[in-house]
Amino acid sequence: MLHLVNKSPHDGCNLDTATSIMKDGDSLLLIEDGVYGAIKAGKAASLLEGRSVSVLGPDLAARGISEDKLVDGITIVDYAGFVDMVAASDNVQSWL
Amino acid sequence: MKFTIQVNEGPYQHEAADTAYHFTKAALDKGHEIFRIFFYHDGVNNGTRLTTPPQDDRNIVDRWSKLGQEHDIDMVLCVAAAQRRGIVDDGEAERNGKDATNIAPGFRISGLGQLIEGGIESDRVIVFGD
Amino acid sequence: MPETKKLMYINRKAPYGTIYAWESLEVVLIGAAFEQDVSVAFMDDGVYQLTKGQDTTGIGMKNFSPTYTALGDYEVNKIYVDKESLEERGLTLDDLQHLVWEDEDEDYAEKDSIRLVSRAELSEVLADQDVLFNF
Repeated sequence: MLHLVNKSPHDGCNLDTATSIMKDGDSLLLIEDGVYGAIKAGKAASLLEGRSVSVLGPDLAARGISEDKLVDGITIVDYAGFVDMVAASDNVQSWL
Repeated sequence: MKFTIQVNEGPYQHEAADTAYHFTKAALDKGHEIFRIFFYHDGVNNGTRLTTPPQDDRNIVDRWSKLGQEHDIDMVLCVAAAQRRGIVDDGEAERNGKDATNIAPGFRISGLGQLIEGGIESDRVIVFGD
Repeated sequence: MPETKKLMYINRKAPYGTIYAWESLEVVLIGAAFEQDVSVAFMDDGVYQLTKGQDTTGIGMKNFSPTYTALGDYEVNKIYVDKESLEERGLTLDDLQHLVWEDEDEDYAEKDSIRLVSRAELSEVLADQDVLFNF
């Protein structure tokens, strides 16, 4: 299963809920304002530990977040990579 | 693979309409099929041809129309959501006694069943919203 | 049409503040006609959609909460409510409307539609779905 989070971890509980539902083998993709959740020094970083997490590169760049600011082990994907992630998962849950 | 895409937010207000567009384009580039794009909630505002963004901004509505027509994509605005928000085609104008239409090229207005059908007929449903 | 699919509608937003809850319910009602394996989940602020005692007179909006009690008649009878979301909001099942359905196979016995589930149980249910509609 692929989980999409598009909100900042400082705005609502979407990332908390998504990570509480995530199972082993599931993937998480942070898009739009969700990319703020991937910042190493941020409060949400601990939620991502031990999980398969990707961020959408164009959203990261738009917000001026450089790769070195991210939680270690995170994968950066483009829209094509996003499509591949959807195709590779049985279903997709958008935590709107 | 067959995708149905649901867009829940209007253009400009929220990035959802942009992400959905870039995703759709990337999926087509990779040879996937877009079974349908279903616009719901304020997402129906993606289908008004009266949009006039400043020249230096992207034209989200035209961009959908162009992509839809190039790839023959079924782009559906939910009728109930469209009626609430004043998105009108010829049929709706006649039925509801409206003096104008504003639906953009490449879009059509239809029922919510089209979303459910998209879910049944497609391999994946991806929802973009707020 | 392909074989029956498992469709789930996931509601995580409170009613009235935004239109998502109401327009989501419209999808569930229309979707009932497609004879698929349908379930509905309420979690986070979505649990507020099911509370008793909603009165919208003062805000001039339609009170759509009675419609949830009709879901059983549409054969939408798998309604998952996230226990943790209720608890975080100081709610219990008693604060929610009593949703029931009639089981044809058991002489129309009235059964509860709401299944109170833990996060872990809900996680299993979500993983088992073919399509997730998010509102």
